Amino acid sequence: MKTVNIVGAGLAGLSAALELSKRGIACNLISSQPSERAQSVLAEGGINAALNTMGEDDTVAEHFYDTMKGGCFLEAESSVKNLTDGAPVVVEELLRLGTPFCCEEGRIMLRNFGGQKKKRTAYAKSSTGKMIMTAMIDAVRKYEAAGLVTRYPRHVLVNICAEDGKLKYIDVKDMFGGSVIRFFGETILCTGGLNGLFDGLTTGSILNTANAAALALGAGAELANLEFVQYHPTTVRITGKRMLISEAARGEGGRLFIMKSGKPWYFMEEKYPELGNLMPRDVVSREMFFVKRDADCEGEVMLDMRELDDAVWENKLSDLRNEIISYMHIDPKAEPVPVSPGIHYFMGGIRVDDAHRTNLDGLFAAGEAACKYHGANRLGGNSMLGAVFGGMTAAKTASGSECCTRAEIVDEKYGGDEATFAVSKRIGEALTEGMGIVRTAETLSSAQKMLEELLDGDLSRIDSLRVTLGLAMVRSAELRKESRGAHYRSDFPKTDDSQRLHSVAKIKNGQLTIALEKPKAGGA
Amino acid sequence: MKYILKIRRRERGSETDYFQSFFYEPQSESDTAATALESLGKCDTLTDINGEPARKIEWERSCLQQKCGACAMVINGRPQLACAAVLAEFKSSEVLIEPLRKFPTVCDLIVDRTTLFENLKIMKLWLNDDADRREKLQELAYRSSECIQCGCCLEVCPNFYVGGRFFGMSTVPITTRLLSEMPKQKRKEIMKLYDRHTFAGCGKSLACSNTCPKKIDTEELLVNVNRLRRKEE
Ligand SMILES: Cc1cc2nc3c(=O)[nH]c(=O)nc-3n(C[C@H](O)[C@H](O)[C@H](O)COP(=O)(O)OP(=O)(O)OC[C@H]3O[C@@H](n4cnc5c(N)ncnc54)[C@H](O)[C@@H]3O)c2cc1C
Ligand code: SF4
Ligand code: FES
Repeated sequence: MKTVNIVGAGLAGLSAALELSKRGIACNLISSQPSERAQSVLAEGGINAALNTMGEDDTVAEHFYDTMKGGCFLEAESSVKNLTDGAPVVVEELLRLGTPFCCEEGRIMLRNFGGQKKKRTAYAKSSTGKMIMTAMIDAVRKYEAAGLVTRYPRHVLVNICAEDGKLKYIDVKDMFGGSVIRFFGETILCTGGLNGLFDGLTTGSILNTANAAALALGAGAELANLEFVQYHPTTVRITGKRMLISEAARGEGGRLFIMKSGKPWYFMEEKYPELGNLMPRDVVSREMFFVKRDADCEGEVMLDMRELDDAVWENKLSDLRNEIISYMHIDPKAEPVPVSPGIHYFMGGIRVDDAHRTNLDGLFAAGEAACKYHGANRLGGNSMLGAVFGGMTAAKTASGSECCTRAEIVDEKYGGDEATFAVSKRIGEALTEGMGIVRTAETLSSAQKMLEELLDGDLSRIDSLRVTLGLAMVRSAELRKESRGAHYRSDFPKTDDSQRLHSVAKIKNGQLTIALEKPKAGGA
Repeated sequence: MKYILKIRRRERGSETDYFQSFFYEPQSESDTAATALESLGKCDTLTDINGEPARKIEWERSCLQQKCGACAMVINGRPQLACAAVLAEFKSSEVLIEPLRKFPTVCDLIVDRTTLFENLKIMKLWLNDDADRREKLQELAYRSSECIQCGCCLEVCPNFYVGGRFFGMSTVPITTRLLSEMPKQKRKEIMKLYDRHTFAGCGKSLACSNTCPKKIDTEELLVNVNRLRRKEE
């Protein structure tokens, strides 16, 4: 029986599993932890679709345009068109699975989100990701019981083997028993974002170690647009990670200010009268960076939610309020909250075409692990959409071919398949140096030097691949001599139309190469 | 103030536990047990309280924000999420950290919670048709979808054990959500399994309610299930 392997069981992995099941195709659903623990459960604000239920004459064409514009026109139009055309279908499917989206009088409610002028974001209070995940997990359970989906929870990807441009097999280690299973056949990587390169500095989950991307790079897969790292404007440092304050806080009326000459300055509203606090994330984060440096300004940038009325707190943001009180001992209803930008999303990842094929035959990628849809900057609410839609699309493509699958326990020892903390720490330091909100040739070259020195040392296989991935990120940022979306270089502050291309990282004959190429589209 | 973390440990494949203590210097007042374990994991060479080299402490975590259930363990005798266990709120500077005891220990603080997920399958907890969503029950569906399958409720349940016929509280939130999204005539099959695996074995101690880190109110859900059994809504 044809069986597809899916690595990662967040939104993208579950969506792929559901799509395959509906087609009667079996899959192995492999993940380092059960779905309940995947980063997707953290998503708060919502998911975008031009459902036009709020009387604002919203259209799919506008969703398309906003996504292209938010992404600074870097993504191929065909990809974004597929996504935005597919969005209403995705949200309707999630409703059919029973996601308790906020509905009133028979219509699904939509909220404002950054980079979009119309209300387009479907939500379930401020736990949208958790609600969608619960519905999808329950839906997949039906196919687990029917024998179509075989779960391998607590199994970690430790090797990807490809030959002559073709995926041969993947090796997966059982974290409880220690045995290694070799899976042959088509594989969809849904392993989430590259959080692990910035240890302890992101808003996301520790499970997303970036090891899968590093292994893919090592196996000859192309990675694209690694320089585009999204800093979310409103995060808070808590011990061990950064905590997100959802964009919904601003969508519902929260305002950013900083004290300037003794008075609160609502700088976003003054500088961008039209979208104000809801400009795309890259713009807000950069403005925060600059006002902090302004000699007339003092203190932290504050998020002011005092004007939100009780009903909004009660019906829409209750979880968010509790969280801020619990971790910061501040009641946002009564006091402004100090915030700063933090790493939140990776636009770059494994390079795929519109059908979610990588350059290696038989290997696919979807969700945050893949580079697709979001261009130079992802709009809030488009990521869950991209994960569900991408998983579905990858599954459709994988279901088309006649490849056969088998799995066997192999006697392989993967010593050192876990990243070493000391090395991860150095990678994090180098990337913090090079990949900040504002970049220059100097900071990038010093980051590159740090990583190259690290590579010269005696590293385990996985550590060495992780450092190489970090190096690919820095060198992509170095190669892009322009500013676009999340990639801002103070030495090249303008957008250069001739660089409206994807940076592609690849290991060829043992050498890491980076080149600017046309976006990979088509194929769907 | 320095904390002493006393940890119940076990080697992979072994059947016997031992205790080992570690010093932890807090970095902030909001430090939790998870913060402490995370920092100990980041020591280049970990040493115990006697200065002896120690093996890395194994434990599960993902979100560090009380949203994923990975880090459930028993701290000072109470099952809870390590990432919610604020050290400053404990009375003593010695903190006892143990794995959940109802589930088989794999290694250190890691337990095998497979049974949680298997039981949901046995109870056929899924929708066979498109959700029949009712706005009136939207809030109930939301609240019951908040369960993170951490297993804390089972740890304190006097009637639950792995392999038993009684599946405990962790199945009730999902049951409730599904019931709230299907018409009455379709609820029968789930109700039958619910009676067998949940209702029949529950002694109503409601210890689970006081323990649930997501503050899911067991009694309220049980009342709702019974109402949905009888009424269309
Ligand atoms: C705090 C927060 C709030 C957010 N809010 C929103 C929002 O409101 N709207 C929106 O659209 N997006 C939001 N996002 C982004 C969005 O949640 C993610 O981009 C999306 O959920 C990613 O889904 P995924 O399926 O690609 O990956 P994930 O959900 O991250 O899943 C990754 C899976 O891969 C597994 N895995 C990883 N590495 C390995 C390995 N080596 N071996 C085996 N398994 C592995 C993990 O166990 C997991 O199952 C938010 C993100 C965060 C952090
Ligand atoms: S009901 Fe509460 S304690 Fe039990 S598994 Fe769910 S979240 Fe955990
Ligand atoms: S790590 Fe997710 S609940 Fe503690």
